[in-house]
Amino acid sequence: MAASTLERPIAARPSTWFVWAGMTAFGVFLLGILVAVVVDSFGRQWFDTWLPDGLTTERYTEAWDRFALGEVVGVTVGVAALVVVISVAVGVPAAYVLARRDFPGKRAIMLLFLLPVLMPPITYGIPLATVMYSFGLGRTLTAVVLVNLVPSVPFVILTMTPFIEQINPAIESAARMCGARTRQVFTRVLAPLLVPGILAAAILVLVRTVGLFELTFLVSGPGSDTLVVAIYRGMTSAGGGEARQLISAMSVIYTATMLVMLVAALRFVNPTQLVAQVKETRDD
Amino acid sequence: MSSSGGGGPRAGRATASLRHRLAERGVDPILLLLVPGLVVAVALFVYPFSYGIGLTVQPTAAMQEQWGGGIFANYVAFFRDPFVFDSVGITMRLALPAALFNVLASVPVAMVLRHRFRGKRLLTSLLVLPITLGTVLTAQGLLIFAGRQGWINRTLLEIGLIDEPLKLVNNYLGVMFSLVITGFPFAFLLISSYLSGIDPSLERAAKTLGAGWWQRFRRIILPLLAPGLATTFVLTFVLAFSVFPSARLVGDAMGETRVMSLMAFRAFGEQNDYAMASTIALMMGAVELIVVVAVLGLRSLLYRGTTGGKG
Repeated sequence: MAASTLERPIAARPSTWFVWAGMTAFGVFLLGILVAVVVDSFGRQWFDTWLPDGLTTERYTEAWDRFALGEVVGVTVGVAALVVVISVAVGVPAAYVLARRDFPGKRAIMLLFLLPVLMPPITYGIPLATVMYSFGLGRTLTAVVLVNLVPSVPFVILTMTPFIEQINPAIESAARMCGARTRQVFTRVLAPLLVPGILAAAILVLVRTVGLFELTFLVSGPGSDTLVVAIYRGMTSAGGGEARQLISAMSVIYTATMLVMLVAALRFVNPTQLVAQVKETRDD
Repeated sequence: MSSSGGGGPRAGRATASLRHRLAERGVDPILLLLVPGLVVAVALFVYPFSYGIGLTVQPTAAMQEQWGGGIFANYVAFFRDPFVFDSVGITMRLALPAALFNVLASVPVAMVLRHRFRGKRLLTSLLVLPITLGTVLTAQGLLIFAGRQGWINRTLLEIGLIDEPLKLVNNYLGVMFSLVITGFPFAFLLISSYLSGIDPSLERAAKTLGAGWWQRFRRIILPLLAPGLATTFVLTFVLAFSVFPSARLVGDAMGETRVMSLMAFRAFGEQNDYAMASTIALMMGAVELIVVVAVLGLRSLLYRGTTGGKG
């Protein structure tokens, strides 16, 4: 009893309860939203009752055919994978330079990479989309990928720079002293150390790209819509939008896609193991 | 000092000592690794952005006729047309309270969740869940869950707290809900990481010296956390400021939640007036910049040293 009083003083209790109440409200809201969509997507009809009368999976097949979801999911996954690969390939080397080197014009370059992250997407999205359309790239997959790179590359750079900074430069120097060439320093020494950071950045870019609405919406069209955009178009299409249950079914598919990608990504990254690896290496 | 491109190859051919001297100034072939990133930034950000600025001073003939002002007709229209200009205030009325709420609500939650207890992982993942939901699903869920016939209204009617269903969606409140649901987890994650960077022994020392929890929070935690709070506020504000899908889906798109991004998109997609759309988009950036600079200016007045922790 005495020990627990020392750990958490009684005076903090009311505020703690207050916090828990707020958290519960948030949780109820969140679960309510999620469960409502799932229930709705399986419901036959649901108007003025607590629960829909009768369950069905027809909504899914109907939505799948009606919105060509096979293609849409393919586009979503493909675009996300491409954006992740390109932004990591472009961003990590740049982050390395920014973390390790001091050179004239560094601050200006940092600012250049910071701007797209701080600006509302619409602000650069509309001029960018105008340029895309004037190059005849409007509504193509190329445009969707390019547009998604604008926030992703700076994002990788900004998350990787502090990560690289915390890797002891003495390790690189030691490798050089032992006769490693630049390429060997990168492939043998830095790459294994960077893997956890790269994977974390890649997962974040993946989630952002799948969820990014504004930029994709401005340049995509039939055949290049990602899932979010397809749902939005379904909800706002002329004539009051599509049937609510179809949208719910699509939303559930969206969340499922997101979860599958996240779980798959987290399978590759075993966070605890990687942290341990970094620590071991840093202890050397 | 020579540029990266010029310095690199020459250093390669020169003697080891010259290469060494250049490398000491930070100019060596490694700098070439920056090139792909710069190409992307220039081609996809700088060029379109300057192109957009150029577009804003090429208004359509109709705009010039209606608003006057020659090449600045778009800007005149932005400030004079109440339908467009009011959207600035509308956006601020949504984004500022939403960002403020998200930051202020995250602090106590992060403080409580800092301690170890059973079910912490579950709770943290529950808080992070909305990030996978995305704005569109949140909007759809809100429409069903908080709608006229949704579970919230149904429960409240059943208990007898209200006689009429509350109007929680398709208005200001709906967008606010959606902003909190998507923005709060983000703010929470950031503030948690800032909080974990504060050395716990500082607080323990204060406790030893007899400080109560409020004193410890007010004198130790808050000053160390304040710069982090400012950064988090800026980032959540940026998120909330560019609210677009939820303003259309759970808001009142032509009334209370006619935000700037909706107006920009209306000019872009519906009126095909790219010049006016760019103008609104640019003004959006300007308004946001004012807020961000103000907050960061305040932040620079705060304590900026080490927080002594692992972060």
